Amino acid sequence: MHLKSWVSRIGFALGVVVGLAASAHAQTLRIGLAEDPDVLDPTQARTFVGRIVFAAMCDKLVDIDENLKIVPQLATSWEWSADNKALTMKLRQGVTFQDGEPFNAEAVKFNIERHKTMQGSNRKAELALVTGVDVIDPSTVRLDLSAPFAPLLATLADRAGMMVSPKAAQAAGDKFGAQPVCSGPFKFAERVAQDRIVLEKYPGYWNKDAIHFDKVIYLPVVDNTVRLANLQSGQLDFIERLGTSDVQGVERDSRLKIAKIVGLGYQGIDFNVGKSDIAKTTVLRDPRVREAFSLSLDRDAIVQVAMDGQAVAGDQWVPPNSPFFAKNVPVPKRDVAKAKALLKEAGVTNPSFTLMTPTTNEAQKLGQVVQAMASEAGFNIKLQSTEFATSLNLADKGEFEAYILEWSGRADPDGNLYNFLACGAPINYTGYCQPEAEQLLKAQRTTLDAAERQQMFDKIAAREAADLPIVYLYNRYWLWAYNKKLTGVREVPDALLRVQGLKME
Amino acid sequence: MSGFLVRRLATILPTLLFVTILVFGLQQLLPGDPAVALSGEDRDPSVIAYLHQKMHLDDPLPVRYGYWLRDLAHGDFGESIRIQQPVLGLILEKLPVTAQLASMAILIAIVIGVSAGIVSAVKKDSIWDYGANLFALWGLSTPNFWLGIMLILLVAVKLGWLPASGYVSPAEDLRANLAAMIMPAFVLGNSYAAVLMRHTRSAMLQVLNADYVRTARAKGLDERVVVLRHALRNALIPVITLGALSFGELLGGTVLTESVFTIPGFGKLIVDAVFNRDYAVVQGVVLFTATAYIVLNLLADLGYFLVNPRMRG
Repeated sequence: MHLKSWVSRIGFALGVVVGLAASAHAQTLRIGLAEDPDVLDPTQARTFVGRIVFAAMCDKLVDIDENLKIVPQLATSWEWSADNKALTMKLRQGVTFQDGEPFNAEAVKFNIERHKTMQGSNRKAELALVTGVDVIDPSTVRLDLSAPFAPLLATLADRAGMMVSPKAAQAAGDKFGAQPVCSGPFKFAERVAQDRIVLEKYPGYWNKDAIHFDKVIYLPVVDNTVRLANLQSGQLDFIERLGTSDVQGVERDSRLKIAKIVGLGYQGIDFNVGKSDIAKTTVLRDPRVREAFSLSLDRDAIVQVAMDGQAVAGDQWVPPNSPFFAKNVPVPKRDVAKAKALLKEAGVTNPSFTLMTPTTNEAQKLGQVVQAMASEAGFNIKLQSTEFATSLNLADKGEFEAYILEWSGRADPDGNLYNFLACGAPINYTGYCQPEAEQLLKAQRTTLDAAERQQMFDKIAAREAADLPIVYLYNRYWLWAYNKKLTGVREVPDALLRVQGLKME
Repeated sequence: MSGFLVRRLATILPTLLFVTILVFGLQQLLPGDPAVALSGEDRDPSVIAYLHQKMHLDDPLPVRYGYWLRDLAHGDFGESIRIQQPVLGLILEKLPVTAQLASMAILIAIVIGVSAGIVSAVKKDSIWDYGANLFALWGLSTPNFWLGIMLILLVAVKLGWLPASGYVSPAEDLRANLAAMIMPAFVLGNSYAAVLMRHTRSAMLQVLNADYVRTARAKGLDERVVVLRHALRNALIPVITLGALSFGELLGGTVLTESVFTIPGFGKLIVDAVFNRDYAVVQGVVLFTATAYIVLNLLADLGYFLVNPRMRG
């Protein structure tokens, strides 16, 4: 038999096998993740990618919508006390955990206390101001705070607000992440590390009419091209973090759809302004030099070159389309002449410094573009390419002059701001500590009135633009690509896929 | 032979102990505090302190090494901090995957490499020889990740014959398992086939000129018998060594191929663990693969005895 006909026979047979496999999984939603999530326990979890899985497995007290508004989920309504130091929440009735246990005020109390007391909990700091939880009746709970805390609701719209079954959590102890039990639409079925996480529909889900799949399978496929190839060949229905250079190709593919969500995070360059002794010697210690650096950059061009246009140029910790964006500090235009003038004024016409750059493609490209642009104003930048975990350690110790750092972002601007700029905060790599900023950073946390709080953000933005401990560059789009037949995809800025309402037509 | 075997076996334990020191020591050279890497985006100081305590990071190095060795002696490889699963469980979960991939790859490599090597030696300076050499050059110079992605785009996306990536357990569905494994096995096997082909060719050329082969020919033996029974047997010795070493290498995980095809084997396990500073996993997997390597080397030595009677003396 001719080789050609053999090849076509084998191909046909394989096609049949794959086709049969595909039809058997018609009610299964297959999602390609860019990384393998960490431990699946909301209390201990640390990664962004883990939150994507939680979105299908663990309901939260509240959620955020497309406009960053807090909306009900397990809590149906809430009210602040007159002194803003207590939040009373009415809970949804008739909700059960995936092991059949009832969800009620006692369960909320257990969960908040678990977040606050469990060894290795990553939620302790987020809930630091919560001093106690009072069960008022089975469907009413009150969170007591030591001081008013504006970001609390947004915090409860993330992992700190996820409710796990107290019975299962007590039984599993610190091994809960291996067999998590929550109250979301899909329950944990199986996990093979680095291969897949399988969730099955929970028939007792309170909002089960919104669920149209029997199974959700999350498959970590690290390589962008391969993740997309899996989508194109039909093995995946949805992929997160599409490569920026693949956008055009997907847009041309009639079988696929694309979603571009302006994220909550930012890409910036942190300067060592007070983290270690380097801050005293670096040429960047003069704010005029930092301003000159910022002015030497064309943010729109950076977005085009480093991100293939898949981001919005920005100059703050929130993107320009955010309701929290400080309009008094618009994104600066490139001004090389002014940059040169500032350097002259500072007495350093050819300042040189080292820019620490993580080894990801994007960060490398960004470093090179920045290096080239700033050189036109007279800067001499040395790129120091450093593996990510190592770079964090160096940043933590203050062993750097400037550091390219991306933050995935939080729903409340405080999550993008306070821990980076408040004196001595854990991820304040810059070592920035300025009395006026500090006072404003603290005040915005305790101010619940939105307009009043925004005024504080405006002032912080002005202060930050003058001091420039961080030069913000852009806010990336979260890029999703998915099968055109998949409907009900909601583009929430936290870039976590909501499975409620998703349907394969 | 038994004396040789005993001597070989006796070297295993000290070698392994040396490996544990090396694995543990080298890991300490990784820059930075693993607790910071593992603490996630927020880097909560209380979480970092907790991880320090859990991983004994504040103890002196020899003490930490002692803890590890003690646990190993009890069969406890530790626990992955990142996903909180026992390392031994992870190894046992990944072993069949990597073993299958390695076996399929080495099988492909042997079938293609050895036969191409024989043909090119026997038909030296013919079109077959040039063809085989060209193939070897291609196999050696094609990067796996490139070939992998090209094959995915052609076979999975364009033609739709095979799944683009992923893994299905053979227990679950053997056909789907083979469909998922054949491409990565081919990509891996392709490069090893090239090496095996070159070695088989040169070994065969040497042997084919040997006196005993001429004698065999002079006896009027069929050329096929001369080549396959007489010449190949001797020529296979370096090939077996190479095959065993290659297999050991493949068992250690093939990072790029596993990453491209999303095969959840050792390679992916260890790379993720290194980047996340998940020490227990790195140590466990390296120790395990080192052991596999040592055992395979021993088996290769035994293999010589089987194919070459002269070495049995």
